[in-house]
Amino acid sequence: MKVELEADKCVASGQCVLAAMDVFDQDDDGIAILLEEQVGEDRLDDVKEAVAVCPAAAIRLVEQ
Amino acid sequence: MADTLAGAVPEAPDSLPEFPMPREARCPFDPPPALKDLQEKTPLTKVRLWDGSEPWLVTRYADQRAVLGDPGVSADTDSPGYPTKASPEGGEGKLSFIMMDDPEHARLRRMVTAPFAVKKVEALRPAVQRIVDDLIDGMLSRPGPVDLVEEFALPIPSLVICELLGVPYDDHALFQENTKTMVRTTATPEQRGAATREMAGYLAGQIAKRLADPKDDLLSSIAGRVTAGEIDHQQATEMALLLLIAGHETTANMIALGTLALLQNPDQLALLRDSDDPKFVAGAVEELLRYLHITHLGRRRAVTEDMEIAGQVIKAGEGVIMANEIANRDPEVFPDPDRLDLTRDARRHVAFGFGVHQCLGQPLARMELQVVYGTLYKRVPTLKLACALEDVRFKNDAFIYGVHELPVSW
Repeated sequence: MKVELEADKCVASGQCVLAAMDVFDQDDDGIAILLEEQVGEDRLDDVKEAVAVCPAAAIRLVEQ
Repeated sequence: MADTLAGAVPEAPDSLPEFPMPREARCPFDPPPALKDLQEKTPLTKVRLWDGSEPWLVTRYADQRAVLGDPGVSADTDSPGYPTKASPEGGEGKLSFIMMDDPEHARLRRMVTAPFAVKKVEALRPAVQRIVDDLIDGMLSRPGPVDLVEEFALPIPSLVICELLGVPYDDHALFQENTKTMVRTTATPEQRGAATREMAGYLAGQIAKRLADPKDDLLSSIAGRVTAGEIDHQQATEMALLLLIAGHETTANMIALGTLALLQNPDQLALLRDSDDPKFVAGAVEELLRYLHITHLGRRRAVTEDMEIAGQVIKAGEGVIMANEIANRDPEVFPDPDRLDLTRDARRHVAFGFGVHQCLGQPLARMELQVVYGTLYKRVPTLKLACALEDVRFKNDAFIYGVHELPVSW
């Protein structure tokens, strides 16, 4: 699955980092950064959680 | 009464429930029973506020997230239809970006997001651990009982936000007293205005000092934005005021109310006391945030574009209140919602709100609570309430719910 992040929607809540620390990070201003665009089955649950908790709906999972 | 309300036509003014609703004294951790009835019977209803206005009340989790995530709502208290909590809200002026809409909201908010990033907050954990340990040492050095609010719950977040902002903690009496007045619903507009002006005056002075002599703190960084011409001195003051108030009042109430809830649920308290797993403690913090919902007056918005919620059109110019405490008890999302269960996955709660205004300081709040809940009950395993539960005074008269005092012994 492919992860898409719209960084200009991000409100720096940090929730994606807490849900999936090896897929998301934050820049110096707290804005989310995508570390990995492709996630396998093992990371899927965490990324789904990140999608669910993101208050700005800035993260999407796309079927390929 | 709720039975007649459920089927009521919204226009029938005499049948509207008043908001906020009273809690059941015997269940101080639970939302008001009338709110629970509404959630079971209707996703959307009109309510009457203190000033006679009649905004919509959204009771269900999914609907609340939909409204708060919609760009067609405004957090600006001056927007037509905005449901105010009291008059005048916040005393003087606006409480910075939480009362603004994008793009100005995002512009100002991004100026202060940096120190609240997860990894920056994590770097503060050892310092917070020291603060917590020192305060427990202080408590234990005396015979007790002590007031946990005064001696522990309030100093922790106050010390942390003072350090982060660069506000001298020695001045804490001034800002703690004024904050109490600002968040008290029974304070007169004059009292709230005076408290706000004194706080604003104090912080304007602190910012003026940083303009002349910058240091390595958040106030200096805000002052730097003034120097760069991005904001004026008043905007900088409002921003500092927001961060100082939000930084200590909320977390302090979570610590004291959370401790009381755990003392009333000894099996859950034992789980925290006996666990050395940081993941379990982090999960327990999320569950306590869900269960306690200390923001108990709802997230409020004015609708600026007609929107459909739960099959009903809410028109531009109407107000809408999301009762987040009842969303966090929505059985569709949290099975057996009225049970405090530290082992459940509660991460999707809306205790920090939802949408672009979601709490900026939440990584800091989480870390502070993780340190507190992961330390206090281990170090003081015999901690107990030093008065009858009936004698605990709950903050039904404040914008943030909690307890006024919490006498404890060990």
